Amino acid sequence: MTNPTQGDQLADLLRGDADELIRRWVGLAASSLRGRMTEAELDRELREFFAVLVDALSTGSRDIKDDAYADARVLLEELSRTRARLGFSPSETAVGVFALKRAVFELIERRGNDGFREVIALSSLLDDLGLWTFEFYSRTREEIITEQSEQLLELTTPVVKLWDGVLAVPLVGTLDSARTQVVMEKLLEALVESGAEQAIIDITGVLAVDTQVAQHLLKTVMAARLMGAECTISGIRPQIAQTIVGLGIEFGDITTKASLADALLHALRRAGVDVVRRRNQAV
Amino acid sequence: MERVPILKIGDVLLVSIQVDLEDQSVVALQEDLAERISSTGAHGVVIDISAVEIVDSFIGRMFATIASISRLFDADTVVVGMRPAVAITLVELGLTLGEVRTALDLEKGLAVLRRLGADREVRIEVDEDDEPVQAFS
Repeated sequence: MTNPTQGDQLADLLRGDADELIRRWVGLAASSLRGRMTEAELDRELREFFAVLVDALSTGSRDIKDDAYADARVLLEELSRTRARLGFSPSETAVGVFALKRAVFELIERRGNDGFREVIALSSLLDDLGLWTFEFYSRTREEIITEQSEQLLELTTPVVKLWDGVLAVPLVGTLDSARTQVVMEKLLEALVESGAEQAIIDITGVLAVDTQVAQHLLKTVMAARLMGAECTISGIRPQIAQTIVGLGIEFGDITTKASLADALLHALRRAGVDVVRRRNQAV
Repeated sequence: MERVPILKIGDVLLVSIQVDLEDQSVVALQEDLAERISSTGAHGVVIDISAVEIVDSFIGRMFATIASISRLFDADTVVVGMRPAVAITLVELGLTLGEVRTALDLEKGLAVLRRLGADREVRIEVDEDDEPVQAFS
């Protein structure tokens, strides 16, 4: 497949009408991006890639795994990474490469010369590059998904200090076993670190509770108790209260309060703090 | 077999467990402790397990047993410094410590015993108050 003269022909073909090709290419690629990138930005990107591609083609190599295409591959990886981060769809990303094919076909058709062999070679080469882009695109997507699930696990379980000796964990969203486990460990660690004797688990933001989650909550409370701290559960929604009773889950002697405010007041009392309203502001 | 030392501070006995316990040491500790409470007349027992990283059901039951023994001598038991991992293990094992009191650290444990001890002193004070009245009349 490596035929230096042919390689030069293809490179020459592209180089000869570079400006026209790039303009048409950018036009085709831009139409699918629906204005999420400016045309100038796209023009800069594609122009850079075009130059690198023509350089690689002029070496005569037609295998994108060759060293000659190293720069082109890096550029494509960068391109697909930014596209994936910006939330472009796979086909919107790949079309950036495939649009060049159409631009070249149109050029050859218009010229009427029979660049048939070059076209076939270029076509399969661009297919390979397109696939390369796509592969990298999906890899980046997977990275993003993994990152996000990790962040979710870490960020959504803060342990906050409400008062000297009173900690709270406001839970938001869906609770599953893995998350409840993280909550449990974080809360218990925080109890040891801060020496707080009162903890509040607030589940106002929790939309659903099943037997497993309830079980985990109970375990957390029991574990805290074993360590010498007291745990209050607050913010049970009406539907959740019905579910808990319907499922026959026994909360036993665990203190539950309707709102976080009630739980805080309870915790303060247990910690020996009195909250007193001032009778007169101007005293 | 290593024997766990039992220290006496005022009327409190302090058991600080620094090594991972074998079943034999646990049994020995229970015997020693019963002996010491009876001989010293201590009113409180503090078991510090902040250095214990691994527990099994046998050790889990030890706390309840020691508490029951102590209660026969009218002494309160407080387990202090339990690590989160240990607490989770005990809960997963389905063990409850029964009547055993717990505290986050030694200082808080001693405070708990002081509070409980204060109840005793109040009773004594009431008795002392009664006597002078009788002496007056």
